[in-house]
Amino acid sequence: MSDHSVQAEAEIDQDRRGFLIMATVATGAVGAAFAAVPFIASWSPSERARAAGAPVEVDVSKIEPGQMLTVTYRKKAIYIVHRTPEMLASLPGHDGNLKDATSADSIQPQYAKNADRAVRNEFLVVEGTCTHLGCLPKARFEKAMPGLGADWPGGFLCPCHGSRFDLAGRVFNGSPASTNLRIPAYSYPNENTLVIGVDAASTGAA
Amino acid sequence: MAGNNDALPVRTGFLAWLNKRLPVDQFMRDQLTGYYAPKNFNFWYYFGVLSLVALVIQLVTGIFLTMHYKVGETTAFDSVQYIMREVPYGDLLRYMHSTGASFFFIVVYLHMFRALLYGSYKAPRELLWLFGMAIYLALMAEGFMGYVLPWGNMSFWGAQVIVNLFGTIPVIGPGLVDWIRGDYGIADATLNRFFALHVVAIPLVLLLLVALHLVALRHNGSNNPDGIEIKEKKGADGKPLDGIPFHPYYTVKDLVGVGLFLVLFAIVVFFVPTFGGLFLEGPNFEPVNPLSTPDEIAPVWYFTPFYAILRAVPDQRLGALLMAASLIFFLLLPWLDRSPVKSIRYRGPTWKIALAVFAISFIGLGYLGLQKPEGIYVAAARVLTALYFAFFILMPLYTRGESTRRVPDRVTSSHD
Repeated sequence: MSDHSVQAEAEIDQDRRGFLIMATVATGAVGAAFAAVPFIASWSPSERARAAGAPVEVDVSKIEPGQMLTVTYRKKAIYIVHRTPEMLASLPGHDGNLKDATSADSIQPQYAKNADRAVRNEFLVVEGTCTHLGCLPKARFEKAMPGLGADWPGGFLCPCHGSRFDLAGRVFNGSPASTNLRIPAYSYPNENTLVIGVDAASTGAA
Repeated sequence: MAGNNDALPVRTGFLAWLNKRLPVDQFMRDQLTGYYAPKNFNFWYYFGVLSLVALVIQLVTGIFLTMHYKVGETTAFDSVQYIMREVPYGDLLRYMHSTGASFFFIVVYLHMFRALLYGSYKAPRELLWLFGMAIYLALMAEGFMGYVLPWGNMSFWGAQVIVNLFGTIPVIGPGLVDWIRGDYGIADATLNRFFALHVVAIPLVLLLLVALHLVALRHNGSNNPDGIEIKEKKGADGKPLDGIPFHPYYTVKDLVGVGLFLVLFAIVVFFVPTFGGLFLEGPNFEPVNPLSTPDEIAPVWYFTPFYAILRAVPDQRLGALLMAASLIFFLLLPWLDRSPVKSIRYRGPTWKIALAVFAISFIGLGYLGLQKPEGIYVAAARVLTALYFAFFILMPLYTRGESTRRVPDRVTSSHD
């Protein structure tokens, strides 16, 4: 290249050049950020996945006292336990051994944030997802079951990391899980029908 | 770089034509015949090249598995059974891939321990170490996602546990988990994206990182068991006195190591491909069942030290945080170690004890991660977790001003 086509160093307006470089970089960065949106958004649940997450209806009259029914809602197991009077009577006896006896730090709708963690106290409705890392806690409903100690009041045991929960899904001290089993939004449109995924009242938050 | 001024061979005909267009001779001279590596490499220096061999095994067997595997929640498990039973040599291809993953981690762990022994992460090789750690992290992601693809029950529940770790992040956690899965649980969408990441995205990242790792390695040259910079002592010809050309000396030596590696690899692939449930776990031979957790969820052995740390903490958020920290501390190693001496041969007893304690805690946690989380195992995991972190956190204290022996000017070798 011949000399006259190259601008002498002294003649270059460095401020202008710096501004133009910064403006180009900034425009490119904004463009790249916008271009990234469809790629990132494509990972969100699809319309089909959202539709498949529709509410589930259960006929609770078919669950015998002391029995548990497992249904699937949004890929999660939902445990519905028909609690007997003896099971309910066991609940208040061990508050001192619970991490969150009043469910203050746990996730549940307002209408299930009570002593029995239920809308109707004979039916416990909880997500069968350990709040530690998402395994399925197993039913250990009988009192003083082997391996769980003589004072075991009945509840759930997570097979993965040994978290223990009582019959209201409340986590015992010494478990790796820190919060009680989550409770999904649910309601009873009539005596025998339970709908999971629809709030009981407008006051509740799922 | 040393040797770069050696004359290139005089070429005629096709080779002359070729070299004018592609610097083949120049590349050979700069990177192989004229690249001087320390002459005192020992057994530990096999594991770099063996990592490369493992990578090639994984790429080749992976490509051929992709030709028969059918991604999708209804097809994935069956297509793996099809590969195992009906594709000619399909079982061999799959066992080479699954065994290859474990062997990859074995040689990578030994390669990393070599760096700890001889201070290969210290200046001027900090970036070399960071690229290596990035490779290790990418490998962990690759191994995890690969484990999900057969869509066995352990695939599903393992994915559940690992993905839910992200749910412990405050505020954005739950939304982030849905975004990672692309559904409200581990589902078809999750399997599909893990497949894309496992076979395309992460391998590309890995290859790029390996290239950067090698460029950074060749720029300063390899460290060696004495931790001496061989470039500081050059002969009249400008070549390091303690160096020998990489080719033919180390290519031939490495070939022997590769041969031995392949013998061991073949023995495992042929006779004990699942390695007693360590390389392939029993519950993964059952199809996914979202309503039945395997009795015990343990990851494949190469993740168990970190899994044991996760389980040792009786608080999920703190556990996840400690697990992340246990990896991040590795990245900080070049700056935590304040000792002026690289090699363990010339470092003081404190470092030797600390490194031994760390190795024991790492292996011990790896063992505990495979056991049920109860009783004495939990207590032991807590003690070893404390030792694991003490190694890193206290490192600036016990390495600063540690008593060291005088480092010799030239490398030592029993063959001199």
